[in-house]
Amino acid sequence: MKILVVDDEEDVQALFLQKFRKEIKGYEMEFVFAFSGEEALQYLQTNEHGAVLILSDINMPGMSGLELLRLIKERYEKPPPRVMMITAYGDDENYNQAMKLGADDFLTKPVDFVALKEKLKAKLV
Amino acid sequence: MIFEIVLAIVLINYLRRSPQITGVSAEWSKRLFIGMMACIALLLFDVIADKQVKISNWLSYLALLAILYLIYSKKEFQFAKFLIYAVLPLVVIGIIKDLSALISPSFYKEWGDTFDVAEFFAFVWVFAAWLITKKQRKALEKEKMMALAREKEFKITESLKAELEVQVKERTADLTKQKEELQQTIIELKSTQAQLVQSEKMASLGELTAGIAHEIQNPLNFVNNFSEVNNELIEEMKEALDKGDIEEAKAITADIIENGKKINFHGKRADGIVKGMLQHSRSSSGVKEPTDINVLADEYLRLSYHGLRAKDKTFNASMKTDFDESIGKINIVPQDIGRVILNLLTNAFYAVKEKRKLIKEGYEPTVSIGTKKIYPLFGSGGVEIKVMDNGNGIPPHVLEKIFQPFFTTKPTGEGTGLGLSLSYDIVKAHGGELKVETKEGEGTTFTIYLPV
Ligand SMILES: Nc1ncnc2c1ncn2[C@@H]1O[C@H](COP(=O)(O)OP(=O)(O)OP(=O)(O)O)[C@@H](O)[C@H]1O
Ligand SMILES: [Mg+2]
Repeated sequence: MKILVVDDEEDVQALFLQKFRKEIKGYEMEFVFAFSGEEALQYLQTNEHGAVLILSDINMPGMSGLELLRLIKERYEKPPPRVMMITAYGDDENYNQAMKLGADDFLTKPVDFVALKEKLKAKLV
Repeated sequence: MIFEIVLAIVLINYLRRSPQITGVSAEWSKRLFIGMMACIALLLFDVIADKQVKISNWLSYLALLAILYLIYSKKEFQFAKFLIYAVLPLVVIGIIKDLSALISPSFYKEWGDTFDVAEFFAFVWVFAAWLITKKQRKALEKEKMMALAREKEFKITESLKAELEVQVKERTADLTKQKEELQQTIIELKSTQAQLVQSEKMASLGELTAGIAHEIQNPLNFVNNFSEVNNELIEEMKEALDKGDIEEAKAITADIIENGKKINFHGKRADGIVKGMLQHSRSSSGVKEPTDINVLADEYLRLSYHGLRAKDKTFNASMKTDFDESIGKINIVPQDIGRVILNLLTNAFYAVKEKRKLIKEGYEPTVSIGTKKIYPLFGSGGVEIKVMDNGNGIPPHVLEKIFQPFFTTKPTGEGTGLGLSLSYDIVKAHGGELKVETKEGEGTTFTIYLPV
């Protein structure tokens, strides 16, 4: 199962690869990375159903995570990939908007990887 | 001799009536009056008495001489001195004539005609001298009047002058007071300005705090995450070593080292941000130091973006950078130029945010910052820093005022209008230039030029 991580911080890639190294080694999970909303859309376009789950940061230069969420839910209707939003601004407004746009979950930074791992495993089953 | 007596009466009367005596000396006018009465009595006696009796003649000479002596000796009658010259010849000739008649009648008979002629001329002389003096007197009087008038005029001018002097003094005092008041106002204004600059600095720091918090949070998360990962990796390495899997242990070591570098990198990143914040809040040292303008620009771009984001969480904008890596370090006051860049960026983000409110679809708010080394034909060259936005631009009537202190089009509480005016002063103090290009509806570019 493929997970697309969208974040403008490039070290997020190294962090995920190491945090989930056991799962990657055991072929439980596969990660792909995009460093902007635009890049993520491009990836999804060229690899339809390439990702079952999308983990996106909200606050990125250029296309925001919320914009990306809206476009994904709009374009990929059946079945739309699950989208989890991650943000440093854990305020109500961001949360409400994400939920309105159909986000499947909402996490705040710093990411609790133990909790995230459990959530991902639960969703994969 | 009636004539001498009449003359004495006339003289006394003249003296008595003269402005020097009447109303001035009551004593003299009384004495003169008695003298005049005596002369009138003498005149009556002379008319009634026998013509052969010469006593009235002698008495009249005596009266005239007494009058002349009075005029000569008393300073009260100094004004009538001319009378001595007018009357004396007549008296002297009369006395000689009468004396010779008394002493030597033969001599008198022989010279009688000559005496008569001399008397006649002396007689004429009295009138002539009288008239001439009167005329001279009149001229003198006129002169005196004129002198008096001139003096009066002079006095008037003097008093006017004095009055003017007083007025000038009053005005000068007023002006001095006003000047002092103005100076006081200037001092107060200067301190108010200093306070405003300080509060503007504080306000922009407040704007920055949210951005700074966000900017620090990210590297700190990485520091925490990678050190956690490293702990896990060390644990795994131990297990691998226990199993004797040297290859695996080596691979894990490489990862640990890699993560250690990342921890270090993000630690430094947070450090830099804190230092930048401290530098911003600290009052400017005013000291130029070699500064990497690209790092400074990048730092403030992120800070201002996140500062705005923190205030308006729905806001989003693209940030573009175009740095000329050949610039190297340039000599500037980093806090001051940092503040200029921050002001320009804050304005740019505000502009695209406003446009976003109007245009929901098909508009991508973009703020860019770029640097460029300038190689002129002459001189030592410089560095250009451009801050661009694709906001709504600045209309001409606003454009001409943007560098004025306190000019703002923003609602109260959102702008003090000091940003550009302070920026302009800072750039000028660096010997540089701050220019603006704008196109309504398309965007604005501010260019800072700094000589190197
Ligand atoms: N990039 C821009 N786009 C459009 N208008 C601008 C831009 N930069 C400045 N202005 C105009 O110039 C005015 C003055 O700017 P300035 O930075 O001096 O003050 P301010 O931004 O209003 O307040 P402050 O910066 O003190 O908080 C602004 O109110 C705005 O109308
Ligand atoms: Mg401003």
